[in-house]
Amino acid sequence: MKVAVCVKQIPDPALPGELDPTDNTLKRDGKLILDESDSYGVELALQLVEAAGGGSVTLVSMAPNNEVSGLRTALAMGADDAVLISDDALSGTDALGTAKVLAAAIGRVEPDLVLAGVESSDGYTGTVPEQIAAVMGLPSVGFAKKIEIGDDGLHIERQTELGYDDVVCPMPAVVSVTAGVVEPRYPSFKGIMAAKKKPVDQVTIADLGISADQVGWAGARQEIVSVTEAEAREAGEVIEDDGEGYQRIVAFLEELKVI
Amino acid sequence: MGLSKIWVYAEATPDGGPTSLTLEILSKARELADTVECVTSADGGPMAEGLGAHGATAVHAAGGLGESLPGPTMAAALEGLMGSAGAPDAIFFGQTYEGRDVMSRLSVALDQPVLTNNVDVVVDGDTLVVEEPVFGGTKNVHTAFRNSGVKLATFRPKSFNAEPSGGGAAAVSELATGDVGAVGAARVVDRHAEERSGPQLDEAAVVVAGGRGMGDAERYQVIEELAKLLGGAPGASRAIVDAGWVPFAYQVGQTGKVVKPTVYLAAGISGATQHLVGMKGSKHIIAVNKDPEAPIFSVADLGIIGDAHKVLPALVEAIRARQ
Repeated sequence: MKVAVCVKQIPDPALPGELDPTDNTLKRDGKLILDESDSYGVELALQLVEAAGGGSVTLVSMAPNNEVSGLRTALAMGADDAVLISDDALSGTDALGTAKVLAAAIGRVEPDLVLAGVESSDGYTGTVPEQIAAVMGLPSVGFAKKIEIGDDGLHIERQTELGYDDVVCPMPAVVSVTAGVVEPRYPSFKGIMAAKKKPVDQVTIADLGISADQVGWAGARQEIVSVTEAEAREAGEVIEDDGEGYQRIVAFLEELKVI
Repeated sequence: MGLSKIWVYAEATPDGGPTSLTLEILSKARELADTVECVTSADGGPMAEGLGAHGATAVHAAGGLGESLPGPTMAAALEGLMGSAGAPDAIFFGQTYEGRDVMSRLSVALDQPVLTNNVDVVVDGDTLVVEEPVFGGTKNVHTAFRNSGVKLATFRPKSFNAEPSGGGAAAVSELATGDVGAVGAARVVDRHAEERSGPQLDEAAVVVAGGRGMGDAERYQVIEELAKLLGGAPGASRAIVDAGWVPFAYQVGQTGKVVKPTVYLAAGISGATQHLVGMKGSKHIIAVNKDPEAPIFSVADLGIIGDAHKVLPALVEAIRARQ
């Protein structure tokens, strides 16, 4: 069984985010790390391949400056290899352009299953997995919280507004997974050492047969016209609990006539 | 008034009527265009009155999709409707599972860009400019569509007020859905609803939410207890939903519910961006957390630095003693 996992390498969410003053996009020129919400897809892929009795897990990522540090983390978890699309022409690419690029790269892998997180932690547009499926002409299931392989295809529990649906889907297919679908493993020391030697195929958009006018700012057909400060909430009173802190809450709820 | 026609992608509640998010978006759409119509995968009949009362003149209804997931089927149906009835200037979707999936599929079919997670929209000349909060809602990014053709956008719950326009029932017509082939091969074989009592999370006047700082699933019970005492709804951060302490229906935040209660009490929740965007519109916020640096304190009217699983049981006792 061959699984392709889309992974995004993002600025460390623990650091304050910054917008590039020239075009108001998120600054991505510093060190990038594996988006934690993609680690679930990587873990799940490893488990599914193991349950299937063998196969491979290929990472697919699009990032500036040939960034591989996030890919190395996922390779250290156990993924076999990676395809990295890095190209100056991709700066400013929107969700649809990203999906076209990723779909072209995934197509070269010819996987049985494509996994992705439901949305990235930095841009959270949340449309790319379904768009990849549409570009590739594949069925798709979003918001999977459990996946098993049955005789008739994938058996998926898909989150809904009210609970969840049981969905059966033949392969190949694209599935987006929620955080919590599995517990991602920590890379072992052996895994980290092995990851350094695993193959990362670095490609440009020309290698994928995509022209520059389909991606980047030209392809995005949208423009950030301004960025404004949101109305800030004033921070209120903060006190240390001395064992009686609950009484302050009681008094506040009384003031608001909630009790 | 810059636009001539907007379609609003309408969704139904389990009772068959339109969701509040649908009516919120409709109320905004009718400010922007001469004509507003709805499209839906659900039955048109039970929705017609509510949609009409909020400004829709027509609803194109598929009447249920059976076992199919909405993405491929509804995207093809909308493309078909654009062919027969003419394309609208824009299609507005709710930031929901269904809205997101249908819009994603449609964007590829039409080769048009999408803008998601919006909280506002204005007409600027012959295009639309949408507003999306970023960095936990501290900044707003305003983005203009620069495509020729239909503008596709999703909007977050509670971005607009649902206000009746006084219109009569929307005219119901059938939205044709056909076999979409292999892309529609996923089948829903069973549906499960998670039971919960008390007011709905996104409608309750009081929300008591717990996070990882509560310690474990057993100690989360005090959240349910306090919510019940205050006539409110229990909520949760993504971390403890992912950890399996409570069902997804409890989740407040980016991928969960957006709530704007009179009082929001966050216990043992640090206040990640993911959570803040779902609750910072609350009228009054109380936070209990042992980390004085927790971001939740920056939005709280009252912050208690302390152990949530000590403060909350004491609070429950005190409120109980008064009743």
